[in-house]
Parts: sequence; C-alpha cells; structure tokens
Amino acid sequence: MPDYQTHEHDVLVVGAGGAGLRAAIEASRAGASVGLVCKSLLGKAHTVMAEGGIAAALGNVDDRDSWKVHFADTMRGGQYVNNWRMAELHAREAPDRVRELEAWGAMFDRTKDGRILQRNFGGHRYPRLAHVGDRTGLEMIRTLQDHGIHQGIDVHMECTITRLLKDGDRVVGAFGYERERGRFKLFRSRAVVLATGGVGRAFKITSNSWEYTGDGHTLAYDAGAELIDMEFVQFHPTGMVWPPSVRGILVTEGVRGEGGVLRNNQQRRFMFDDIPENYRAQTADDEEEGWRYTQGDKNARRPPELLTRDHVSRCIVRELKEGRGSPHGGVYLDISWIKDRIPNAAEHIKKKLPSMYHQFKQLADIDITREPMEVGPTTHYIMGGVRVDAETQMSNVPGLFAAGECAAGINGANRLGGNSLSDLLVFGKRAGEFAAAFARHETIGTIDDRQVDDAARQALEPFDRGTQGEGPYQVQYALQDMMQDLVGIVRNEPEMRRALDCLARLRERAASVGVGGHREYNPGWHAALDLHNLLTVSEAITRSAIARTESRGGHFREDHPDKDAAFSTVNIAVRRESDGGMAVSRAANPAMPDELKSIIEEMK
Amino acid sequence: MTTTATFRIWRGDSTGGDFKDYATAVSEGMVVLDAVHQIQAEQANDLAVRWNCKAGKCGSCSAEVNGNPRLMCMTRLNQLDLSAPVTVEPMRTFPPVKDLVTDVSWNFQVKKGIRRFKPQPAGADGTWRMAQPDVERVQEFRKCIECFLCQDVCHVLREHQMFDRFAGPRHLVYAAALEMHPLDSENRVRDLKDAQGIGYCNITKCCTKVCPEDITITDNAIIPLKERVVDQLYDPVARLFRMVRGGSHDV
Ligand SMILES: Cc1cc2nc3c(=O)[nH]c(=O)nc-3n(C[C@H](O)[C@H](O)[C@H](O)COP(=O)(O)OP(=O)(O)OC[C@H]3O[C@@H](n4cnc5c(N)ncnc54)[C@H](O)[C@@H]3O)c2cc1C
Ligand code: SF4
Ligand code: SF4
Ligand code: FES
Repeated sequence: MPDYQTHEHDVLVVGAGGAGLRAAIEASRAGASVGLVCKSLLGKAHTVMAEGGIAAALGNVDDRDSWKVHFADTMRGGQYVNNWRMAELHAREAPDRVRELEAWGAMFDRTKDGRILQRNFGGHRYPRLAHVGDRTGLEMIRTLQDHGIHQGIDVHMECTITRLLKDGDRVVGAFGYERERGRFKLFRSRAVVLATGGVGRAFKITSNSWEYTGDGHTLAYDAGAELIDMEFVQFHPTGMVWPPSVRGILVTEGVRGEGGVLRNNQQRRFMFDDIPENYRAQTADDEEEGWRYTQGDKNARRPPELLTRDHVSRCIVRELKEGRGSPHGGVYLDISWIKDRIPNAAEHIKKKLPSMYHQFKQLADIDITREPMEVGPTTHYIMGGVRVDAETQMSNVPGLFAAGECAAGINGANRLGGNSLSDLLVFGKRAGEFAAAFARHETIGTIDDRQVDDAARQALEPFDRGTQGEGPYQVQYALQDMMQDLVGIVRNEPEMRRALDCLARLRERAASVGVGGHREYNPGWHAALDLHNLLTVSEAITRSAIARTESRGGHFREDHPDKDAAFSTVNIAVRRESDGGMAVSRAANPAMPDELKSIIEEMK
Repeated sequence: MTTTATFRIWRGDSTGGDFKDYATAVSEGMVVLDAVHQIQAEQANDLAVRWNCKAGKCGSCSAEVNGNPRLMCMTRLNQLDLSAPVTVEPMRTFPPVKDLVTDVSWNFQVKKGIRRFKPQPAGADGTWRMAQPDVERVQEFRKCIECFLCQDVCHVLREHQMFDRFAGPRHLVYAAALEMHPLDSENRVRDLKDAQGIGYCNITKCCTKVCPEDITITDNAIIPLKERVVDQLYDPVARLFRMVRGGSHDV
C-alpha cells in the first residue's frame, strides 16, 4: 500500500495559469469547495510570460470593432476549422471578462480619455489587444492570483498530477506527487478541470518553459478523452536566435504592432513578396501605408508583417532556405528605424516595449532602439487539445473539463495573437461554472486501490532502475531534436513516418530511464516522469499531421501544399484504444448556422 | 569559443549541506541558469533549482551568485570572473528545501494578510476612467515578478528574522500598488503600521539595489507609505485627541 495524503474537493483544478485560476475563482464563487494544483509556485505559470495583450472587442480605440468582427477574424485565422460556437462565445464574452479584471485591480494602459487602450496585432482587423506595455500576462496572472487568494481556494503548489482516477466512466479524482518531499497525494473530487497549458517542450526550439510537457493532454487521453487538432502547432515567427542559450525565447508580436519591420540580409521587406489571397484586401499596398496603420490611421491597412503567424513563419523559413538570412540563422526585425519617423523614438520604444528592450540588452547585448534584432521561428503554442463541449468545456469523459491551451476548438488551424489570454478568461470561467454545477449533482466517487497502487508503482519505477538506467535528459533531448527535424514547420509523409519509428524507439528508451538520489525535489525524477507525456503528445501530433493530407494554418505539408476542401469541415481526432494503441479518426465539425455564416461573408 | 568554468554550488537540504564544485563547458552568451542546467543534465540529475521563463519574467530562479542576489537566468557569464569558481547558493534568508530551492511560502502567507483591492463604484457605463500618468505610477509597482530578492537582502528579515512583525519590501510594494491605485477605496494605513510593520524599515535601500525590475522600492513605495502612516496616525492634533480619550498609542 503506497503512502499518500488524501484531499477532498468538489472541484479539482489542475493548473494555475490564467485558465486554471479563472476556473477556480468561478467554481468557488458558485459555492464549490475548490482545490487548485500547480507544478510551480503560484503566479509563475506560463501565463506570466504573455506579452502582447488580451484580445477583446471593446471598441475603445476603433469603434468599428464589435464581437462580430472579432468572431470573423478568429475564424479566418483558424481557417474555418474552429469550433464556431466557441469562437462566437469567445468574441461575445471577452469584453466582459477583461472589464472584470479591471474590477479586480488590473491596470491596463489607457487611451487619452482614460479607457482601456488597445493595440494592433496580427490577424485582428482593428486595434483590439488590451495590454500593459509588453507584460500583459504578468498583469493578468497577478490580478487573478491576488483576487483568488481571498476566495477560499485550497492551493497545492509544486505538486504534479500524474494520473486521473476514474469510477466507471466518470473522472473522480487525481493522483500526483508534491515536489518538495516527493510524497504522493490523492485528490478525490466530483469534477476535475484540466488547465495545464501546452506541449512546447516536445520541440527543441521553443518559447515554452519546462512545464509545457503536455501533461493535461496526456492525462485526458489516458483517461479516455478525445484530443483534436493536434497537428496544429503554432510556430511563432519571432523567437530570439542568438546567443544559442536563449534560442527560442519569444520576441513579442507587439514589436511589429508598434511599427517593427522584417528584413532579409539584402535589406528587403520580404513580407511584401507573398501576401495570401484571402488577406490581400486587408493588407497595405506599400511601406508607407503599413506605417500609417501602426500609427493608428484608420484608413490605412496593416503591413504584411502582421499577417498570421503561420504565414510569417513560412516566409522566414523561405528566406533562410534561399540564403537571405542573418549571420546567426535568422532574419532582421527592426524597430529602431522608427527614429526616422518620430521624435524621441528611443524613449518611445523603451516605454512601449520595456521587457523586449531589457531582454535584448541583457541577454544579447543588443540595444533595440539602435539596431535590429535577429529572429527566427520558435514553437509557441498548440491549437490542439482536449475536445470539449463549447458551452460547458466538458470532455467526452463525464466529470472531466478542460480550458485554456490544453483544450481545443476555439483556434482552429491557427491562433491569433491575443486570443489565448481572452480564451483563458472566457472558457476558464465557463469551465469553473459548469464543473461546479456538475459537482453539485454528483456524489464523491469510489476510487479502487488498484488504480492508486498502480499509479504509485509507475511513478517510482525510475528509482527502481537507479543510475544504471539511461539519464532522462538524454532521452528528452533526443525527442526534441527528432520532433524539430521531422515534424516541424514544413512537413512531409516520409519524414513523419520516420518520426513514428523514432517515437517507438524512444518509448523503449524511456522505459529504461533511471534516476538516482532521493524523492525530495529531484528534477531528474520529474523529467523521467514527464517523458510519457512528451511521447504521447508527440505521437498525437505526428499521427494527426500524417492524417491531414493538406496544408492549413499552422500545419504545412510540402507534399500537399494546398488546402483541400475535403478537410475544411473536419477535425482530426485521436483516442486511446483499449489495447493502448492510438486511434486516429476524422470528426465532422457541425455546420455553422446561417447567421454566423453571413457575418463571415460580410467581413470578407 | 568554448572554455571550462567551475561552479561551486550549494548542495543540501533543511538539515545542512555544503558546496560542491562542478566543472562544465561554457560558451558565448550563456547565463548562470544555463550552466546549472547543463550540470543538472550531465552530472547531477537531482540538482534542485526553480525556473520557468528563462527571460526574467517569472521570478523563479532567484539565488545568490558570488554572494549577490540575482536572477540566474539574467546573469550572463561574461559579467563574472570565470578564472575563479563561481559560487551559486540559495537565497539565505529563507529556509532551505533542497540545493538552490528555498521555502518561500511565508511570502504567500504575508500577502494574504494585506487587504485586497476594493474598487470605487464604476461609472454610469459600468467601466472606469483612469489617466495614464496615474496608472503609470502604480504600474511601476505592478512590474514586480515576486522573485523575493528584495526580501532576501533586507536586514530586518535576513539578520533580525522579524518574519512575524515585518512584511518586507516586496509586500510594501504590493501595499503601495493598492494604496495608490486610483480606483481603490480601502484604507490600509493602520495595518501598514501594525501588521506589516513598516516602521521597521530604516530606509537602507538595499532592496532597491537588487530589484531586477528596477522598481524604486524605497523612494517610490515605502517612503510615501511611511508618510501616509505619519500623516494619518501620528498627526499631532489627532494624537492629542486620542490621548484625551484615553487611548494608548506607541510611537
Ligand atoms: C512568451 C509567450 C508570450 C505569449 N504572449 C501571449 C499574448 O500576448 N497574448 C496571448 O493571448 N497569448 C500569449 N501567449 C500564449 C499564452 O500565454 C498561453 O497560451 C497561456 O498563458 C496558457 O495559459 P493556461 O492557463 O492554459 O496555462 P498556463 O498558464 O501555462 O498554466 C498551466 C498550469 O498548469 C500547471 N500544470 C501543468 N501540468 C500539470 C500537472 N501535471 N500537474 C499539476 N499542474 C500542472 C502548471 O504548473 C501551470 O500552473 C504567449 C505565450 C508565451 C510562451
Ligand atoms: S530599505 Fe527598508 S525594506 Fe528595503 S532593505 Fe532597507 S530596511 Fe529593508
Ligand atoms: S520588488 Fe523587485 S526584488 Fe522585490 S520581489 Fe518584486 S521584483 Fe523582486
Ligand atoms: S526563470 Fe523566470 S525569472 Fe529566471
């Protein structure tokens, strides 16, 4: 019998980023007792790193904006495979969620008349992102955290969930370990909300932290939930490329929103060379018009640097492949040039982009007010995740909810910048609300000891093998290199087949990984346990990407470079079969109501 | 350009520990956290360290590097003398958990004791108006990433261990952000004196010097709060009035 501590909550929220905190606040407000679990300390989740802003059609800067435009932008960005109902709810509810943050103490930058200021961002027709300089995520997570600590939520920090526990079909709890002492914890609950974020650590070059090992995706999958859209991984066009140790760290799109431009080593603004048909009408004809757009001219159209991320990333890859890259294998992103246009440009840049200024100054010895940055694509976000009901955020497994980056639907094939933070608020709230409602009508389930014993035994296996086993980091690095090479920005079937073979071998290696030392705060042990999750999401990404024999949004196949209408109404789904294999299927996306269709037509 | 450098890392737990030397290859652009990670991956899988963002945004990787409180992810190796071993040890003000990880839970407790934001009623349209300059004053404090490096250097906590009486600079910054929030309607002045113990701060400014977010903790947050405490609690007329009514008041 393993030794463990038991906790009981009506609703257990796994993850304390924006989605988890918002869910916990709402569930608590609805009267549920709430437990909130996170791998790091409170306030350190990935959400803290978000920079650019929260997308919400407040219409403070341009009153032509409305939820309808936001909805149409989101669908266009997602190439119409989004869950349209989620996209609709998101666009309708985001403004209230942002105002609510203000009521809880958030301090956004202001317009001249004292309202919340909004900035331009890729794929958004009007200035839409509520922001605080380039540290919006910090503002958001701190506001939720500082509000949440007074809501009677039980927070279990530095605790990792490794398994969901079921009673029949229903999820009734979770098992995990706390980092500090390495002791096991058993959570019994009536409903579980997953809000664990993304999967970026499956790739070598990423803007994501160690936490992003696809835990929620895997927990849900192992518990029988369906994952959809896993082929849609977002490679953000602008990550740092030099020095090597910071490769992948994000350079916010806000730089381009403030007038930053991309150039190749011939000083050409190469983004003007390839403008997709469906964005042509909204894109500036020349550099002059693009500049006016960034300075708030309502009659100007956006510069091509602000096209969707998948497109900008591919243009950069093209420049690199054709030998027009910068010395360290990137392209140039220049904001310093605005000194030719406005007085006090250096001060302006430092004020609008303080943490970018800092980041380059301290980490790369580059003063962005004087010289261009070198940037290249970095794995940033996954559109795919747990398939959920649009209204309630419940998965196909009763009692299991998901919200935020680990849930899928709202973004379709590509997420627009700023739509994640708003997604966290809108659907975090909904998940909390409906999980609490679900919990009200359910008993606390029974958890048989076998499940718990099994979870505990599995968690300790790396110690049984001790230091004779291979080190966990070596397997992790091999996986990251492989995924980067074979399932990255530009994909084809033979390479992805090879990736599947590699994954099978990596699974074997993972099964022989061993660690030394004790259970107390042992990162080697933690890394060993994360491997199962990384391998599972990598396989889901690869299999889904093989199944989608077309190119759409974040998923680009050089062997199928065009969109295929046959895929325009389906999502690729994966599910665990009883023998442990991964089943891939096409799930039909229900037809959109005429009312929404006509909105899209209107906004074309 | 790769060379080898030695990192003298504190290994231990709540029962004690010692420094251990690790030699590892260093290359251009590396930060201390990279070196620690490399050692963890290649030589000491169980070396405990906190981190998340690797870009100075989350405040997880606080430690003392060659005796200076720093974020490891923002400390470039080319700022350090690599001809001698680089010492890396946990924040010494907090109880050690393991290696570079300390028990900072006290900070979360203290914060809970500060009265939360209480907004004034919204305008007719359900929203508020605020002027950018008023917002900026508070935004400085809201930049705080809760790295607790200021807490680590403050002598009231570090030397005098007044954890039960003094909230520390981080939480005075937090209180300042609330007190100076243009929409806030709560009064925290009495608490600042009694619960947060603002009087223990004697303005040495050590906290300001280490803040990686360049928050002018003392001049912009603590001193104005001290002034409020004096104005509201020690105003001579008010004090006389209280004495007449028989209240007892310490100074
Ligand atoms: C550098 C950067 C900048 C970004 N900028 C923007 C932006 O400007 N606008 C925007 O909209 N989006 C932005 N994004 C994307 C956005 O920040 C993320 O998608 C979003 O914050 C994810 O939030 P979340 O609540 O889903 O998860 P997170 O905030 O990542 O939180 C996940 C939580 O789950 C916990 N967790 C994970 N696994 C487990 C487990 N097994 N057991 C227990 N707990 C677990 C973690 O500890 C953490 O608390 C940015 C992303 C990055 C990396
Ligand atoms: S100024 Fe005050 S709070 Fe800051 S270190 Fe000195 S005594 Fe501590
Ligand atoms: S005030 Fe500065 S030093 Fe103190 S916790 Fe905040 S960021 Fe860190
Ligand atoms: S890792 Fe986030 S501040 Fe250093």
